[in-house]
Amino acid sequence: MQRIIYFLNRNKELILFLSLLFFCFYLNISYNQYNKSKFINSSNSFFSFFFETKRNISKYFDLEYQNKILVNENTKLKKQLFNNSNEKIGSPNQKKFDVTPASVIKNSYDKQYNFLTINVGSSKKIKIDNGVISSNGVIGIVDKVSEKYARVISILNKNFLLNAKHKKTNFFGIISWNGSDSQKVQLKDIPKRAEISIGDSIVTGGNSLIFPKGILVGTVESYKLDLSENYIEIEVLLSTDLRNLDNVYILNNNNFDEIISLYE
Amino acid sequence: MNKIVTNILSGIFLIFFQTMFLNHVNFLNFLNPYLYIFLIIYFPLKTNRSIFILTAFFIGLAIDFFSDTHGIHAAACLCIAYYRTYYLKIFFGIAYQHQVVKFKHLEFKQNFFYLITMIFTHHLILFSLEVFSITHLEIIIKKTISSLIFSFILVIIFFEFFIKKSK
Repeated sequence: MQRIIYFLNRNKELILFLSLLFFCFYLNISYNQYNKSKFINSSNSFFSFFFETKRNISKYFDLEYQNKILVNENTKLKKQLFNNSNEKIGSPNQKKFDVTPASVIKNSYDKQYNFLTINVGSSKKIKIDNGVISSNGVIGIVDKVSEKYARVISILNKNFLLNAKHKKTNFFGIISWNGSDSQKVQLKDIPKRAEISIGDSIVTGGNSLIFPKGILVGTVESYKLDLSENYIEIEVLLSTDLRNLDNVYILNNNNFDEIISLYE
Repeated sequence: MNKIVTNILSGIFLIFFQTMFLNHVNFLNFLNPYLYIFLIIYFPLKTNRSIFILTAFFIGLAIDFFSDTHGIHAAACLCIAYYRTYYLKIFFGIAYQHQVVKFKHLEFKQNFFYLITMIFTHHLILFSLEVFSITHLEIIIKKTISSLIFSFILVIIFFEFFIKKSK
């Protein structure tokens, strides 16, 4: 017994080090596997308070650029209104989707698993699995909600998957990110026979309940055959600049629970 | 007593400076300096080692909470805190064993190699855990080397201003 205590006492630093290290690995691996972080996230109100304060100070420096984006969007919407065409340009169907405006208070794009924090939460009826878009295209999906804030999985996150299609030919594929370039994502599983040219639009497919059909994701920058040589892998240049985000819209599908209950 | 309070306050300040400002530098879209490891590299030498390891762990965890990374900063800080004793033995040898090393009186050359090794270890562990796959080895190496240069410059500036000046 004495020898055990002596042993523990001599190696107490090593034991402390190893146990804390295992705890860190547990946090990291449990996130990587189940796509769930147990308690480390910045969407709770204590941490968000600091980011909100910081944004209140720094938002004035960016006003001109954000104004330009909003004016562009207004022009696009006016055009639609006056021409009264039935063709949707990425606008969500009002009957099915509720739209809530929000501001990004924290953003990152330099890591492998990136998240955004936005300043609306469950008090504005934001729910988990709501889609988030900017005026230019898809941004991410809501992943955690507190009363006043919500955390969004960015499209630049290796765990993010999105159903998308090539607009001209309607071939479906899956969008994911390989972690190397913050302006490009990869569209996989497009069949070989699809005729694709550089500059074509890639839009959301409408197979998921999260995003409506036809919201712009980006344009084709280059493409090649994948390893099996049966499918094409496309490099998609994102239409949204994720490095400079302020105003975003949250889409809530009103029929979400009803459709989900069919599958249970 | 007074010194301990100053140290804690400057630690809190550095953590805020890191998470509010330095984490959003994003030079060339992926480069961020990690200045907060200054706290661990120049942690007072006479502290009990167990307390030092615990403090380093909590510093890392604080950074993790703010930047939505899952325990990777905590793991990296823990490792350099644990291995600091061995690095000090390698670089300062007999002076360290007789407990006469003082960070104030370090020469640039000694300090240089000690710093580079500490920062390199930290960044290597940090980015390996972040990327978490061997197939993307080139991303790990690219991020480690380029952030190393960036962090090194900032840490050495802070060292000259805050530790050397207080001589």
